[in-house]
Amino acid sequence: MNNIIEVKNLTKKFGDLVAVDNISFNVKEGEIFAFLGPNGAGKTTTIKMITTLLRPNSGEIKLNGFDVVLDPNEARKSFGIVFQDPSLDDELTTYENMEIHGILYNLPKNLLKERIKELLIFVELWERKNDFIKNFSGGMKRRLEIARGFLHCPKILFLDEPTLGLDPQTRNHIWSYVKDLNKKEGTTVFFTTHYIEEAEKMAERVAIIDFGKIIIEGTPAELKEKTKTQSLEEAFINLTGHHIREEEVKAVDRMRMRRRAGFRR
Amino acid sequence: MKIYIIWLRQLKRYFRSRSRIIGSIAQPLLFLLAFGFGFGPIYQKAAGENYLQFLAPGIISMSILFTAIFSGIEIIWDRQFGFLKEMLVAPVSRFKVMIGRTLGGATVAFLQGFFVFIISLLVGFRPNFVSLPLAFIFMFLIALLFTALGTAIASLLDDMQGFQLIMNFLIMPIFFLSGALFPLGGLPKILDLVSSLNPLSYGVDGIRATLVNGAHFGLFVDFSALAILTTLFLIMGSYLFSKIEI
Repeated sequence: MNNIIEVKNLTKKFGDLVAVDNISFNVKEGEIFAFLGPNGAGKTTTIKMITTLLRPNSGEIKLNGFDVVLDPNEARKSFGIVFQDPSLDDELTTYENMEIHGILYNLPKNLLKERIKELLIFVELWERKNDFIKNFSGGMKRRLEIARGFLHCPKILFLDEPTLGLDPQTRNHIWSYVKDLNKKEGTTVFFTTHYIEEAEKMAERVAIIDFGKIIIEGTPAELKEKTKTQSLEEAFINLTGHHIREEEVKAVDRMRMRRRAGFRR
Repeated sequence: MKIYIIWLRQLKRYFRSRSRIIGSIAQPLLFLLAFGFGFGPIYQKAAGENYLQFLAPGIISMSILFTAIFSGIEIIWDRQFGFLKEMLVAPVSRFKVMIGRTLGGATVAFLQGFFVFIISLLVGFRPNFVSLPLAFIFMFLIALLFTALGTAIASLLDDMQGFQLIMNFLIMPIFFLSGALFPLGGLPKILDLVSSLNPLSYGVDGIRATLVNGAHFGLFVDFSALAILTTLFLIMGSYLFSKIEI
């Protein structure tokens, strides 16, 4: 099978800090790929670059054959994403949020209606379809974000910690939907998570990133074998250490705060 | 369709925010009453004309200016609440997103100006209704121009901390030095220069000329200046918007 995501020598710096340090990896079409790493390791920065939100300092990214820097509009047609942090419009209703998404992603009207109903029932928000998002709890917003991400059927689905803050029932529910999508539609899934057991269950291949570098890549079984551990979680801790990176995380946070505080350029 | 849905979103957001509507109508009303009736007698003595007739086009322009800049600046909120990401990863060119937003913001600002026009009628403004459509064109042009400017500014800012600066050093001077409150004729040289570089001056002048008569620059100059500046600001706004990174 061919590579649907190709990342070559990708680097992103914020001032002195190298958030992503010369990484390369490929994801095959139809694969479920987990991208793991401790906080501040560079996961979200990488996803932002792949999904055209950030421009890399150097390196090359191809999505479905399109270069994301040179041809962002074509690249955007190939993927859908569930973001790590909120991206809903609070002043709109559940239904309106779904509708805008569907129209932006070219869904025909009838199909759009059908899909919205189907997915809102799936995340148990159909009864609340005319309610404003601003009155929703964190879990409800999360569920809506996920439903919205599934609305159109993209070739590649990015899930950046999609199940954060959800109860185990909902998490199971959502992952079985993702697995189904992958089987039936051949959707390529690229996800990050802090629940390592989710990655162990779901992912065909795993890459672990730390300090902006990919330290290991392979199937969950291979990773366990290499680290001589029983579970992927143990392998993960084994590879990334117990509590060493405190300082680095703070540096990233400081940088983020500084960036948020003032002018961007 | 995509531009339409983004346009529609701006309108929904505006009409759902009652406090914003009330606030943005109460302020112009206060200006009309306080300035209109406060300076009325003295203006009557000095110029021999009704000050409210002079002032109303200025206050209509003011409300359009404030609403339009604010609509553009709203991008910062979208960035903070995250919805901007959703629009930026969608398979829509950033140019279309920017145009949809800007048209939406401009429509809202125009409606705002229209409401203030109605209010000014209630307070005693007596315009020339024949040229109303022409005045509406001027109103929409300044709405578009300043929404594009707001978009350009917001594309450069990360949060609302810079907003006070923009309010004090950009929006207020634009308003005060536009001829909205006083005639531009016979000003000191420096003020004359500044006001002729101010885009709003041409909007105020155009609206005043069509609704009441008495153009300072002339209708043709007003229209050409606004058309050129609006195009320029739209280009600048869409360029800066296309460069946004999150």
